[in-house]
Amino acid sequence: MGRASRFGIIILFIFILAAIFAPIIAPYDPGEIVDQTTLAPTLQHLFGTDDLGRDLFSRAVYGARISLTVGLVAVTISILIGTLMGALAGYFGGWLDGLIMRFVDVMLAFPSIFLILAIQAMLTPNIYNVMIVIGVTSWMGVARFVRGEYLRIRELSYVEAAKAIGCSHSRIIFRHILPNAQAPIIVAATLGMAGAILTESALSFLGMGVQPPTPSWGNMLIDAQAYMRDAPWLAIIPGLLILLTVLSLYFVGEGLRERLDVRS
Amino acid sequence: MIGVSLLSFFVMHLAPGEPTALFTDPNINPADLARIRVNWGLDQPIFVQYFYWLGNVLRGDFGTSYTTGQPVLTEVLQRLPATLLLMIPAYILTFLITVPLGVISAVKKGSWFDNLVTLFSFAGMAMPSFWLGLMLMLLFSVKLGWLPAVGMYDVGAGDWGLGARVFDLLRHMILPLLTMTLLSLAGITRYQRAAMLEVLDQDYIRTARAKGLPERVVIFKHALRNALIPIVTILGLSLPGLFSGAFIIETIFAWPGMGRLGVMAIFQRNYPLIMGIVIFSALLIMLGNLLADIGYALVDPRIRYGKS
Repeated sequence: MGRASRFGIIILFIFILAAIFAPIIAPYDPGEIVDQTTLAPTLQHLFGTDDLGRDLFSRAVYGARISLTVGLVAVTISILIGTLMGALAGYFGGWLDGLIMRFVDVMLAFPSIFLILAIQAMLTPNIYNVMIVIGVTSWMGVARFVRGEYLRIRELSYVEAAKAIGCSHSRIIFRHILPNAQAPIIVAATLGMAGAILTESALSFLGMGVQPPTPSWGNMLIDAQAYMRDAPWLAIIPGLLILLTVLSLYFVGEGLRERLDVRS
Repeated sequence: MIGVSLLSFFVMHLAPGEPTALFTDPNINPADLARIRVNWGLDQPIFVQYFYWLGNVLRGDFGTSYTTGQPVLTEVLQRLPATLLLMIPAYILTFLITVPLGVISAVKKGSWFDNLVTLFSFAGMAMPSFWLGLMLMLLFSVKLGWLPAVGMYDVGAGDWGLGARVFDLLRHMILPLLTMTLLSLAGITRYQRAAMLEVLDQDYIRTARAKGLPERVVIFKHALRNALIPIVTILGLSLPGLFSGAFIIETIFAWPGMGRLGVMAIFQRNYPLIMGIVIFSALLIMLGNLLADIGYALVDPRIRYGKS
């Protein structure tokens, strides 16, 4: 696993740098028509040009910015909700636990992509809504993990001690238990970001996510299907970038899981 | 179930978009518009709309589709066979392939075979489903020209004999089925491998080996049967994922199933149809979980229902 996580870290590092320094790295403006349409990859256009004649490499670099940001923000939202829900359910137990966990079950009974699509159709599909919607529909797994941790930790004697000296519930939940429940949350965040990037790409591909002309790896694939015969790289390259990113996040997540000794 | 329906109903109706706007002339006379809204029940408060809808559903009436005017139930039932035609074989294939893959890879942990399976399952989990579909389409229909890219039948297939039509259907089925199977295979194989590894570590396996049983008997009689238990659960839990996959895969391959209908319904803001599909998928998912529970009892003698 060591080699795989190193590979993951290197790839992610490169992609993050590309995203941050997109204006320096990208040779062209991502929205500008710079050459003929659907040119095959050459030295001048590393990834070729798309169906409108825009430089695919520049779009991919800016796309990294969008896709990684969406993933990061969405997973932050989902971790915040999931941790809060899981902590409340696990710490207090009783009817609150029952209520929250039933709600989790209901959310899990939906085919998630359909729920997300339906919500997106209600809102105007733009990049902020994509982040929020992915965040609020993907916290259930985290909530379950965190609840399990809180159920275990709240029985430990140091929590008892904290209660005995009169600490408030919120102080125990956030200051005493949370630091000890960190490990599974970090692992879940890494894997969750992978999931969020996949969801963003699917949403954008179906036209319900990040809207063109803003490039994201998912919406770069929208028109690719129509040009598959003459310009297959339009379909291959953005997908490979998604695959590499998600794979790297999985590898890093698995590495973290082993390092932090978290049971799956 | 009620929870699912309540949540989705309210989410649907929070929409700022007005469904009537899609189907009527913007210059429509306000009185006509009001009449349409009354006909569709859109003038009522949302709670009233929900209970009205729920009452009808309990009587088997899911309402009428805004676009076609047909009952939602009819529309969904028309599309359901096409979806099941993909999902059931995908499910069976997944199970048939994942068990041997996971078991061999656990038994030969660290071998080239195990590494290959691990690599493939990670790649499968990391791949966007629509992209895998596009790549298979690119390879088998665009480059090689072996298989049709989209649809369920060739144009004009209606006039052919039964044999030719079945053959045509099978040709169209291969790519979406392959996409769906490969995707669900990836994650479940990881679970199967982990489950088998855990079982192989148990004391009773050591006992079985210690008493000199041949390795074959240890693996198949002692280990495999125990390693199947978690897989039955996972197969039940993987149903929503398979459904999510169906929405996207059917859209790419233009497969006329429930998933594609659902995606279209969303684009058209066809509330009754969206609700009908949500309820139907949730029903099927619950049915799947029930089957998984029954399967659980079959493979695990520790669980027996009805005798507690």
